[in-house]
Amino acid sequence: MTDAAVQVEDVRVWLSGVPILHGVDLSVSAGEWVTVIGPNGAGKSTLLRAVGGLLGFHGTITLHGTPIQRLGRREQAQRVARVAQTPVVPAGMAVLDYVLLGRTPYIRALGRESTSDLELVRGVLERLDLTVFAGRPLETLSGGERQRAFLARALAQLISPPGRGPGPAGVLLLDEPTSALDIGHQQEVLDLVDELRHDSGLAVLATMHDLSVAGGYADRLVLLAGGAVVAAGTPTEVLTESTLSQHYGARVRVIADTHGPLVVPVRVDRRAVS
Amino acid sequence: MAWLAAGVGAVAVATVLGLALGPVRLNPAGVAVELLNLLPGVHIHSGLSTQEVAIVTQLRLPRVALGLIVGGMLALAGGCYQGVFRNPLADPYLLGVAAGAGLGATVAVALGLASQVAVGTGLMPAFAFAGALLGVFLAYGLSSAPTLRRHGAEAPGTRTSATLLLAGVAVVAFFTAIQTYVLQRHVETIREVYSFILGSLVTTGWSEVRLALPYALVAAVVVLAHRRELDVFSVGDEEAASLGLHPQRSRLILLVAASLGTAAAVAVSGLIAFVGLIVPHVIRLVAGTSYRVILPLSMLFGGAFLVACDLLARLVLAPSEVPIGVVTAFLGAPFFMLVLRTAKRVGL
Repeated sequence: MTDAAVQVEDVRVWLSGVPILHGVDLSVSAGEWVTVIGPNGAGKSTLLRAVGGLLGFHGTITLHGTPIQRLGRREQAQRVARVAQTPVVPAGMAVLDYVLLGRTPYIRALGRESTSDLELVRGVLERLDLTVFAGRPLETLSGGERQRAFLARALAQLISPPGRGPGPAGVLLLDEPTSALDIGHQQEVLDLVDELRHDSGLAVLATMHDLSVAGGYADRLVLLAGGAVVAAGTPTEVLTESTLSQHYGARVRVIADTHGPLVVPVRVDRRAVS
Repeated sequence: MAWLAAGVGAVAVATVLGLALGPVRLNPAGVAVELLNLLPGVHIHSGLSTQEVAIVTQLRLPRVALGLIVGGMLALAGGCYQGVFRNPLADPYLLGVAAGAGLGATVAVALGLASQVAVGTGLMPAFAFAGALLGVFLAYGLSSAPTLRRHGAEAPGTRTSATLLLAGVAVVAFFTAIQTYVLQRHVETIREVYSFILGSLVTTGWSEVRLALPYALVAAVVVLAHRRELDVFSVGDEEAASLGLHPQRSRLILLVAASLGTAAAVAVSGLIAFVGLIVPHVIRLVAGTSYRVILPLSMLFGGAFLVACDLLARLVLAPSEVPIGVVTAFLGAPFFMLVLRTAKRVGL
């Protein structure tokens, strides 16, 4: 099991004295996509932040076999990149400069970017069809373009510098990556992530609200409720009408489809019942 | 690069004019040559008399040098604070530096430890410096108090920007109260304290430059070395941490450095308003929002701006002087509004 890109064992987190996670286990292999679902306040974002090394926790989180506490913050940043739920958009910063920030963990203290950093970032921009926006301020981009720029920064963060040899492919943490996008741009961004993980062996750990979308892209789903894992497995195993009604208090119909089940909310007319 | 050259040019022009103009008007070309003659091994005939050379090198040069140091330091510290707090209203006097320095100066005057002549004489600078540092460290101490910490932060030991700002406000209120009390008890000191509050670049030889320069140098080196990190901080503390930085640690280092430099500047020149707030913003509006551009340019243009303001302060009502803080605000505010109206975007 030590070859998992991310291994989370019995992780417990308290925030300001309030227990948020009570003993969570999960693992993500290289090239695998695992999505954490669950009702509001279940602890999804907290789990992602713990894996990103941004929170204190009890239990074990290892990256490619190494406990994250043993990694310095820079080493951690070279292995895990996180796209926050609503990333800060620095005013006036050009897309190229923003993506270059992703190279920070490879730049020695108080140093500056090298030409190879610049080339590498230009490659990432090319890959994500952002080259035409390179000189534009980030805040002038549309929602979908901006989400691609956030992704580009995270990707630039995970590429080892040339000459250092191919390290293990990194871990990409996506916290609600598509909640601000319309349905077409959601699919565009998620398809892109899917291609990237197949091409480069990225391990993807995401949180998502839209259950059909979550099931359509993830290899496995982890259902978190009240800070604990209540169901885990393939989308078909996790997305069942009884599980969802139990943990979300939702009335849904689950319809089988080629890329996983579709979850459709169903309205019950309360007046008719009474 | 073009902007950097412009900054160096502005410093050169301001220096030469600051040395050439005054009660005795000298030939700027001759002044420039005399400046070159200060370099070891350079001897060029400037056409200035021995007396005029003495005016340049002994009377005016210390004052111009002090203007460059103080103006550069205040503008650099202002840019640094704006980046660290991600707040466009941040200025170098934010964390109780000014209030502490004001209190220190007031106490020095009230105890009869300051000379009657000018701001930067007697024990006043030492007291102002000590007061400024006391103010900053009180603000830090308060901001790490457990109750405040639990309030706004995620991890123990976190000092959020808001907590620090609140602590700064509390320190300012407390120090101002003490200062007012001391002033009420020693009404005869009001005039001197007032002149400290408005600022002045009056020098007595090189002593002020000697006092301020070491701190200013250390502060400038530390702040400029962090200019790339300040760009990374613009995405917020948490994202900066996930990029491998230690935002809280760097913030502490930057604030201590900038506050130390500001304290030294305030100790020798009083509270010169507006330079630290406006110079970095003008740079940001015309030359770009990256701190790699803003910080070095702020230092250069801040120095040049203050020397130019000091020139006006000396000339407008000669032989008496207008307080330099009045000039910086009187020129700076309309110019800032003009730039704000014409610039395409406000970065921050």
